[in-house]
Amino acid sequence: MKRVDSEKSSLQWFLRGAAGIISIPAFILMGAFVGFCSFSYETGVPMVQVAFMTGMMWALPGQLILIGAMIAGASLPAAAIAVGLSSMRLMPMVTVLIPEIRSKSTPTWKLLFLSHFIAVTTWVYTMQNVRDIPENGRLPFFAGFGITMTCANVVLVAVLYGVIDRLPEMVAGALFFLTPIYFITSIWASARTPEVYFAMVAGLILGPIFHHLTPGYSILVAGIAGGIVAFALERTIRKFRGADES
Amino acid sequence: MSPDSLFDNGYWTYLYILIAGWLVTDVWRWLGVLIGNRLSNDSEVMYLVRSIATALVAAVIAQMVLYPSGALSTTPVWLRISACAIGFSAFLLSRQRMIVGIIVAEVVLFGGLFAMS
Repeated sequence: MKRVDSEKSSLQWFLRGAAGIISIPAFILMGAFVGFCSFSYETGVPMVQVAFMTGMMWALPGQLILIGAMIAGASLPAAAIAVGLSSMRLMPMVTVLIPEIRSKSTPTWKLLFLSHFIAVTTWVYTMQNVRDIPENGRLPFFAGFGITMTCANVVLVAVLYGVIDRLPEMVAGALFFLTPIYFITSIWASARTPEVYFAMVAGLILGPIFHHLTPGYSILVAGIAGGIVAFALERTIRKFRGADES
Repeated sequence: MSPDSLFDNGYWTYLYILIAGWLVTDVWRWLGVLIGNRLSNDSEVMYLVRSIATALVAAVIAQMVLYPSGALSTTPVWLRISACAIGFSAFLLSRQRMIVGIIVAEVVLFGGLFAMS
């Protein structure tokens, strides 16, 4: 009896996650994929390959790098290194999200499979919504949102490829500008511990600085350096507070 | 547009996408699962990982605003920064309503572009 109940609510949470396709972040991401679509059409990479890599990679920055490598005729190892470096940022994001969505009984193979659907947008959206969901509903909620978003964008790429060969400048600009302001506000709104605010500010400042110092690796270096600074700051504050209270 | 024979040679291109695209991306996700599965979200290490993850995304955001590609690259950088700053302030003033921040940022950007043209 209990088992039937929990299965039922799992499906309901999955559908609730899937319904997230009608939301601001979903709309913004699809906007970004419309831009990606017109870019890849211009490069001449065929539609089936573009849709295939969207489903298999599900990481827009890496996809842009891979297409760049393909049209430049880069060797397989060169392309793999460039894409791998850009995808490295997914590791800490996945590490943070896993304890939020798993329950004690979640088997690891399930998490390994579902981790494929973690990218920046699904990460931000899930981090923001998951606390309002009971523990047993979190994984299905994420699965519903992640799988639906991935499939929807594969379909979007397949349908719109070649249809929109060039967006009006204004529309493209508005779509591209949605992403940064959405990321800033949603990460800020979903922060539950102070180091997230520090890390946000540190990354915003260090990103441009390392853009000049270490071009090519700036995101990675700025992220690691900014993260360590923010962590140290939060720890120091916590220590002082602890000393005050005792 | 350009029917390039480079992309027409069948399976090889798909293998290329699988190795240089899928494998090198998902391997980081799998590592993240294996590490995250051992940690609870209030452990000390998790504070550090969460800081790094956030700073990484923040660095990506800064890149998008300061060094955009495509349509935004022709807009003045001070206008993009102002639009983000004003949008973010509106978001804070509206008790953190994302939609307010997003709309204000877009209005400032396009208001500025129209005012200059």
